Amino acid sequence: MALDRLTGENSLLFIKSEQLFDLARTNSLWYISFGIACCAIEGLMSASGPRFDFDRSGVFFRNSPRQADVMIVAGTVNVKMADTVRRLYEQMPEPKWVVAMGACASTGGPFREYPNVVMGVDKVIPVDVYVPGCPPRPESVQYAFIELRKKIKAKTEERLAARR
Amino acid sequence: MSDARDDIITVGLLSEGTHDPGTPPAGIRRAPTGVDGLATEHLIVNMGPQHPSTHGVLRMLVELDGEEILNAEVTLGYLHRGIEKLAEHRRFDALGTLMDRGDYVSGIMGETAVALAVERLMEIEVPRRARWIRVMMAEINRIATHLLWYGTMGLDTGAMGPFLYAMRDRESLLDILEAVSGARMMFNYVRPGGVVADLPAGIDTKIREFCDAFDTYVEEHDAILSGNEIFQARLKGIGVIDAEKALAFGLTGPNLRASGVDFDLRKKRPYDAYDEMEFDVPLGSTGDAMDRFSVRMEEMRQSSRIIRQCIEGMPEGEHTAKVPKVLKPPAGEVYTSVESARGEVGIHLVTDGGTSPYRMHYHGPSLYALQALEDLMPGHLIADGVVMIGSTDIMLGEVDR
Repeated sequence: MALDRLTGENSLLFIKSEQLFDLARTNSLWYISFGIACCAIEGLMSASGPRFDFDRSGVFFRNSPRQADVMIVAGTVNVKMADTVRRLYEQMPEPKWVVAMGACASTGGPFREYPNVVMGVDKVIPVDVYVPGCPPRPESVQYAFIELRKKIKAKTEERLAARR
Repeated sequence: MSDARDDIITVGLLSEGTHDPGTPPAGIRRAPTGVDGLATEHLIVNMGPQHPSTHGVLRMLVELDGEEILNAEVTLGYLHRGIEKLAEHRRFDALGTLMDRGDYVSGIMGETAVALAVERLMEIEVPRRARWIRVMMAEINRIATHLLWYGTMGLDTGAMGPFLYAMRDRESLLDILEAVSGARMMFNYVRPGGVVADLPAGIDTKIREFCDAFDTYVEEHDAILSGNEIFQARLKGIGVIDAEKALAFGLTGPNLRASGVDFDLRKKRPYDAYDEMEFDVPLGSTGDAMDRFSVRMEEMRQSSRIIRQCIEGMPEGEHTAKVPKVLKPPAGEVYTSVESARGEVGIHLVTDGGTSPYRMHYHGPSLYALQALEDLMPGHLIADGVVMIGSTDIMLGEVDR
């Protein structure tokens, strides 16, 4: 959808409202700045730094869960933390997505043998994209957001196809 | 008491559920009147675990009278993942992987601590080149850690710009660390007996280029924040820890040196090749947040100096001693400590002659700094409390372990 070629003078654009919303949503995926452990340094701090600069693809941090669309679970979730993670997730407005960043958030990682550690954040909240690595590089998180965009759009396409 | 006020105090902040705001919950003292002599209703505010300026998953219950902190209570354990217990089931050369994830910003220092412990137990003679490489990598890591602290310190005081400059420099350091060890954060590079791989070809030019650029950049960093009048006003006289108090709380590292106590393990109990290096230990005088800031800025300059000496005088030789594939230290007990970017990282290792430790205690400096914070906060404004957390540079991965 090359918007720039369609927005000349007197031009009309026919688009399904759902697709329009998707266009807006996929290009401003704001994540909640909720760093749990090591992955936060890579996925949240280096990511907003000058080299990786997630801001250029519309991915930016918000300090409040009420303003966020995406939660990057960056680190080991233990039993004490699990409640907080779920509460923060519930405070985020719909529609919302979750990226499980790193081995710990995906499966428990190097700490999975310890009984206090939750074996992956998907035991607590639904996860959309898993990013492997310990910690994953910021590029991997960038790729996760590309996949998330595809996922958001695919869902709408599916819905539209079913209605036809 | 109106109903609305009741809600603010009780909603989910305290585990007891609803309580009468007239009676304070257990453990919270109540001061009789406010600063200005007016008795106002006290508010208990929950900071964290999700809070942009608590540096991770620190949770604090702060009792406020207006904006003044009356009482602060730290809640720990949101990142407890049993590093000490898991160490009892790791081989000795794999303990570094756990130490990396303890203080996850300065991994090389943690690895060095555990490697030194194993070496002392097994009486391994580390080659001179390996010791020099360790020092160089530790100092590179120290600058990277301090840069991250510098960036977040700026964010805590409301300056976004310094963070971006700091991350620019940090990325070039991470490039060097990655070229040498293969990873950006979890290095597992320092092993018992030496380091896992020799320096790659051409790394010295890369490091020298960085040092040349950084000597200019560090002055810029210093000027941007400490040359700012607002920043000075926010930091001067905030969170004063005098020498006696610092020692009583068991502070180490830059936090202790900012109080004027000359204690640096690199000088006092030299390990690796620090006795061959020439560097100064910066000291503060009053022990306030500004002193802690200046000490860390000066430490970055000194680290750059050490790195230069390492490149110039890097000895030839082996990068690791001859160590068996499976390490089996004799039964015994040893305590080794290194000067990490945050203070003394100590490893108390007890072995029973097996292939994994019987017990490993991890002494991290951040826990002690956190204890001091609890004592410092009462009497300050809540905005200054954030500055205090930032200036002591706590790392929650190391606190909770």
